[in-house]
Amino acid sequence: MTSFAGWQMPLRYASETAEHLAVRRAAGLFDLSHMGEIAVAGPEAGAALDYALVGNLSALRPGRARYTMICAEDGGVLDDLVVYRLGDDEFLVIANASNTAVVFGALRDRAAGHDAGVTDATGDYALIAIQGPEAAGILAPLAADLDLGAIRYYAGAFGEVAGRRAWVARTGYTGEDGFELFCRPEDAVPIWDALASGGAGAGLVPAGLAARDTLRLEAGMPLYGNELGPDVTPFEAGLGRVVKFDKPGEFVGREALAARASSGPARRLAGLTIQSRRIARHGYPVLADGKACGTVTSGAPSPTLGVPIAMAYLEPGADAGDRVLSVGIRGNEVPAQLTDLPFYRRRQ
Amino acid sequence: MSVPADLRYTPEHEWVSVEGTTASVGITEYAAQQLGDVVYISLPDTGAAVTAGEPCGEVESVKSVSDLYSPVDGEVVEVNNELEDDPSLVNAEPYTAGWMFRVRVAQDGNGDAALPPDLLSAAEYEELTKSAG
Repeated sequence: MTSFAGWQMPLRYASETAEHLAVRRAAGLFDLSHMGEIAVAGPEAGAALDYALVGNLSALRPGRARYTMICAEDGGVLDDLVVYRLGDDEFLVIANASNTAVVFGALRDRAAGHDAGVTDATGDYALIAIQGPEAAGILAPLAADLDLGAIRYYAGAFGEVAGRRAWVARTGYTGEDGFELFCRPEDAVPIWDALASGGAGAGLVPAGLAARDTLRLEAGMPLYGNELGPDVTPFEAGLGRVVKFDKPGEFVGREALAARASSGPARRLAGLTIQSRRIARHGYPVLADGKACGTVTSGAPSPTLGVPIAMAYLEPGADAGDRVLSVGIRGNEVPAQLTDLPFYRRRQ
Repeated sequence: MSVPADLRYTPEHEWVSVEGTTASVGITEYAAQQLGDVVYISLPDTGAAVTAGEPCGEVESVKSVSDLYSPVDGEVVEVNNELEDDPSLVNAEPYTAGWMFRVRVAQDGNGDAALPPDLLSAAEYEELTKSAG
């Protein structure tokens, strides 16, 4: 167990490598109840989110989800978010646990003047994720009133799981097919137990934060505090597409983000494969021909690829020509190969 | 969690097994569980002099990297090369196949291995891991 943003979280249940591989090959079960849930509801909820976030949320259809960000006036990322439109006038904003208070405060302030209420509903929801190629097959018999095949990627529906009401969304943070189940806290244990016993035969195992981190890294997904933070804009992270300049109305950060979009990012997020058994960890320097050219943001052994991988911010031109990249790992220069992100893409 | 009674321990979670004047060294099951899956181990070279309480290598797991401390003074006479190919032996069998290095230590007046006086017994080490929670 580990302390994480005020929650006690399992780093691993047994072996994080085995948990990671189970998610790639069969399925894993995650308790993500630490994630923040912020409800934005009212006739102008969509307009309030359009102003508060960089995405075009009023255009989101009910039952669909979108990956987006909330930025400061200067374009810096306050958090990355998944937003579900539960109904015409009802949105659920999912924030990182460490940022829930900041996101809630910013949404409340930015919704002022709109006919929309903002509520921190984190305590009203538990969140269980089932991820992996076997996820749909394990969930389906426990969610008989839902047609899982009709829930497309980044969509969701209300239904019953093991007889308990839940918002069942086809979203996740692993690079695999899977579902995230938002339920009442008192229903979390029965739902968890039903999935765990229903999935054991198919290879489902409980998976902790350590596996979640290596899964998202292989999938090239950014983590707030590593790849994202107030000192980077979505453009540095290679996620400029989430900024919707053509949406109606004003939004917080537009001016700074437009300037950044036209000038090009000062650094860019890149993937590295490390040519050693050693791990290039957060904060380690990246060198081009021995000269500092960037910083590692996340690094781990890739259980799927069998080599250490990393994401790093690199200066423009760091990889120009035949420059040889390396990472400074506690005094040793270890060769690194620039690698397209994501490191892993599932077969469709 | 296992803490074999016939071994000696350090507060840094190494174990020591002594035969004659040769001390075998590894990390405890408690340490291996705390680290999680071990992915890389840097061991001292054969012939290197090691000093009790001083770092002599590194143990790298998925989530962290930690110094490996020598529990004894002496000269490294053998290292476990199996760990290069399979560092997970440290998790699977920390007290047997996961041993890390062997040190020839000096003899005391009785011809026994001269060990640092502050090595812990199994009971003392177990107490230490319990109070660490």
